[in-house]
Amino acid sequence: MDVQRKLEILADAAKYDASCASSGTEKRDSSDGKGMGSTAPGMGICHSYAPDGRCISLLKVLLTNACNYDCLYCVNRASSNVPRARFTIDELVKLTLDFYRRNYIEGLFLSSGIIRSPDYTMEQVVSVARKLREEHHFRGYIHLKTIPEADDALIAQAGKYADRLSINIEMPEPASLQQFAPEKDVRAIRRTMGRLRLKLDEAEENRAARTKAKPQRFAPAGQSTQMIVGADSANDHTILHTSANLYGSYKLRRVYYSAFSPIPDASRALPLRAPPLLREHRLYQADWLMRFYGFDVGEIVDDSAMLPLDIDPKLAWALRHRDRFPLDVNRASREELLRVPGFGTKAVERIIATRRTTTIRLSDLARLHVPKHKALPFIILSDHRPSSNRLDAAGLIERFKPKATQLGFGF
Amino acid sequence: MQYITLDTQTDFDGWRTAARTLVLGHVRPTDITWAVQGGEADLFAPPSPSPILEVNDGTFSVSATFVDLAKSAILHRDGERFAILYRLLWRLKDNHDLMEVATDADVAQVTAMARAVHRDEHKMHAFVRFREIGREREAHYVAWFEPEHHIVELAAPFFAKRFADRPWSILTPDLCAHWHGHALSFTPGVSKSEAPGEDRLEETWRRYYASIFNPARLKVKAMQTEMPKKYWRNLPEASIIKPLIEDAERMTGAMIANAATDPHKPQKRPEAPMKRRSATDDLEALREEAAHCRACPLYKDATQTVFGEGPNNATIMLVGEQPGDKEDLAGHPFVGPAGQMLDRALAEAGVDRKKVYVTNAVKHFKFVPRGKIRLHQKPATPAIRACRQWYEREVLAIQPELIVAMGATAAQSVLGKITPIGKTRGRLIDLPDGRRALVTVHPSYLLRLPDPKAKVLEYQRFVEDLKIAAALQKKAPRAA
Ligand code: SF4
Repeated sequence: MDVQRKLEILADAAKYDASCASSGTEKRDSSDGKGMGSTAPGMGICHSYAPDGRCISLLKVLLTNACNYDCLYCVNRASSNVPRARFTIDELVKLTLDFYRRNYIEGLFLSSGIIRSPDYTMEQVVSVARKLREEHHFRGYIHLKTIPEADDALIAQAGKYADRLSINIEMPEPASLQQFAPEKDVRAIRRTMGRLRLKLDEAEENRAARTKAKPQRFAPAGQSTQMIVGADSANDHTILHTSANLYGSYKLRRVYYSAFSPIPDASRALPLRAPPLLREHRLYQADWLMRFYGFDVGEIVDDSAMLPLDIDPKLAWALRHRDRFPLDVNRASREELLRVPGFGTKAVERIIATRRTTTIRLSDLARLHVPKHKALPFIILSDHRPSSNRLDAAGLIERFKPKATQLGFGF
Repeated sequence: MQYITLDTQTDFDGWRTAARTLVLGHVRPTDITWAVQGGEADLFAPPSPSPILEVNDGTFSVSATFVDLAKSAILHRDGERFAILYRLLWRLKDNHDLMEVATDADVAQVTAMARAVHRDEHKMHAFVRFREIGREREAHYVAWFEPEHHIVELAAPFFAKRFADRPWSILTPDLCAHWHGHALSFTPGVSKSEAPGEDRLEETWRRYYASIFNPARLKVKAMQTEMPKKYWRNLPEASIIKPLIEDAERMTGAMIANAATDPHKPQKRPEAPMKRRSATDDLEALREEAAHCRACPLYKDATQTVFGEGPNNATIMLVGEQPGDKEDLAGHPFVGPAGQMLDRALAEAGVDRKKVYVTNAVKHFKFVPRGKIRLHQKPATPAIRACRQWYEREVLAIQPELIVAMGATAAQSVLGKITPIGKTRGRLIDLPDGRRALVTVHPSYLLRLPDPKAKVLEYQRFVEDLKIAAALQKKAPRAA
C-alpha cells in the first residue's frame, strides 16, 4: 500500500477526535540553524479549515487503525469492516517533516489503535516522537495520545518529547463506557490522568524552583481529554459535572466535546442520525462559563437537565435571575459585568478601562463590540434604562430566539 | 498646507519624525497632506517640497500603547492612515488618557486598523504555502502570497525562526522576503507569474485534507469566517473545497440510510490479548476487589481506591481518615504533606515505618471541585460505615496487635462508634477481638494549626502517643 493511501485511511480514522489545538506550549524556535520548527507560547496557528468548520493545525493521524478493542462508538473497533493500514515509523516521520516544511501544519497529533499491548502501542507512538525530536531536531508541536495503563517509563518519555498528552475519557458516565466499550476501564483512564497530573505538577514545581539541574521536561502544554456527546443518554448536567470534576482533578487544559456522528459501518446499538452539533456548541459555551466566568455547574444547568438549545447558557442564566438586573455598566463590579449576556471578558476589560475616564453611553456599545440586542434589557447606561416592565415580560425570551432555525450551521 | 512625503508605505520612523515636528509646530491635522514617494497621493504634491519645519523647543510624551498601536496601524493599506494617526497624536497631546477610551472614534478606528494588520499577519503565517524547487537536499522553498496590508516585513521573522535551516523566499506583489541562512533580505514586489508551479506534495496534502474532514458535520460558514475566500486562490487544498461540500450531504445520507450493518466477526487478533495480573495472596485479592468497590457513591468522582500498604504481617496498623488530593492521584496512602509529617513523627518515636501497615478508614477521596483545585470534604457516617468492611478485612488479613486510629473518622471505624478523641487519646484500649487500639490525632490536624507554638506542642504529644506503639513494636518484633 502506498503512503498516500495509508494517509487517507489513517486520517479518516482519526477525524472523530475533536482536539486540534496547538496552543499553550513553551516557546521554541530553530534559529540555531539545526533542524526546523517553532512554537509560540500563546495561540497555535490554524493552517487551514475543513468544510466542517474545524481548524486544521496538526497532521492528525493514527499510527494504525487496527485495534484489539471493540468499542461500539468507534470506527476502528475490532469488528468494523473498514480497511486497515499501518504507517511505519519512518513513513510518518517523513510525512510530518514534508508537510511542516511547506507550512501546511504546526506539527503532529498522533494516536493509535491498541495493538498487542498497551506498552507495545505506547512504545511505537513514542518512537515516532523520539525520532522527530532527536534525529531530525524537529521543534514543532507534538501531541501524543496516551494509552491507558502504559508503563510509567513510557509515559515519562512521552512527556519528554510531546507538548501535550491526552487520554480520552470517552463517555460522560462510567456506566455508558462499560456498555459501549466493555474492554476499556474508566478507572484505568482516570488513574493514568492522575499519573499525568502528578508528573505535570512535578515539572511545574521544578521550573518554579529553578534548580540548577535542568528540570525533566514534561508536556508543557498539559493534558486534555475528549468526551463523546449524544451516543449515550447522559444529560448535560452529568456531562458538565464530569468536566468540572476532570478540570479540578487533573488540571486539564481542555475537555473536548465531540458530538457523536454517524460512522461508516456503524453498530446497530448506536443512534444513526445527524450529530447534535448545536448541543455540542452549547456545551462548549457552558464549559467556557465554568472556566473563564466563574460559573458553577449547578448555576448553569439544574440536576438532570439539559441546556436550552435556542439560547446560550449565559442568557438562560440571566433570564432565570432577572432580579439581579438591570446592572449599571458604569458602576457594576467586574464579577457582575461578566454575567451580563453579550459581555465577553475582553469587553469587560475595555469597559472597566474606559469608564475610568468617561461615562459609557448607548452609542458606545458597538465600539466595545457588545451585541446590543442581547445586552440592552439587562443594563443601565447613562442614556439608557430598560423599561421596568421589560425584564419581567414573559415574552422577553422570544426576543432572543433565532428567527429561522438552521440547526448546526453558521454559529 | 504642509505636504509630507514618506519614503515607503511602512516608513514609521519617517512618519514619527515628521509628526513630532508638526505637533511641536502647532500644525493642525487639517493642514497636512500625507503621501508616500511614488504613491498615488504623491502626484498631487506641489512640484517643490514644502520647507522642512524648524524644530520648535519643547517635548511631549505619549503612551506606549499609542506607539505600539501606531506601529501596527501604519501597515494598514488605507491611504488615510497617516492622517488619522496624526489626528490622534494631536489630540493625545492635551488628553493623556485618551488611549484608554475604547469608545472614542479615533481610538476605535486606529485599534481596528491595528487589529486588521495583525489578523493579516496571522493569516500570512498560516496560509503561506511553500513549494519545493530543486532536489530535496539542496532544495529552495518558494511561496507566493498576496497580503491584504503592508505586512511582509512584519511577518517574515516568524518564517526565519521556523525554517532557519534551508533557504526560502516569499514572493508578494508588494515586497519579497528572502532567507539564505543568516539574515532576512527584502526585494521589490513581483508578479504572480514569477511564482513556482505545483509542488509534488500538494496532491498528498489534498488527500489528507479530504480525509480529515467529517462530512456529517458540514459547517461551511464557520470555515469561511476563519478562512475567507480571498486567501483561497493560493491554497492548494482550496480546489477541492467545493466538490467536498457537494459530496458531503450525499455521503452522510448514504451513511445514515444503509450503514447499520451487523458487525462481522471480530478480526483475528495479532497477538494474545492482554494479561491480567493475578492475585498472589489474600491482601492482594482484597486490594483487587476493593478497586471495584461501589458500596457508597464516593467512588464516582475519585480517581481510584486508595488501599492500605505495608507488610502483611505487621504488628502495628495505622489508620488514617481518608486519602487526600495527592493520595488520590498516586493511589498510595500518606504520600502528601500529612504523610511526610507522619514519617517524621514515626522516626522520632522510634517506630520502624517499613514494618507498619498504613491504611485509611475511608478508601476514596471525598471533595468538591473548585476550578482547578479540589476542596477536601469530611466523609459522612454512611460512607464510613460502608467502607468499614475493607478495614475489617484488612485487619483479618494482617492480624495486627495494635491499631492506631488517627483522627475522629479513624476512631469511629476502629472503635465502631463515634468517639471524641480528647477522652480516649494516648492510652491503650482493649478491643473486643483481643487486639488493642490507640487513639491519637491525624497528622493533617497538626498541619492546620495556625499557632506555631501550639504546633510544636501538639506535634510533641503526637510523637509521645506514637512512642506507645514503638514500645510495643520492640516487644513483639514480628515483621522481619
Ligand atoms: S469509599 Fe469505601 S465504601 Fe465507598 S466506594 Fe470507596 S471503597 Fe467503597
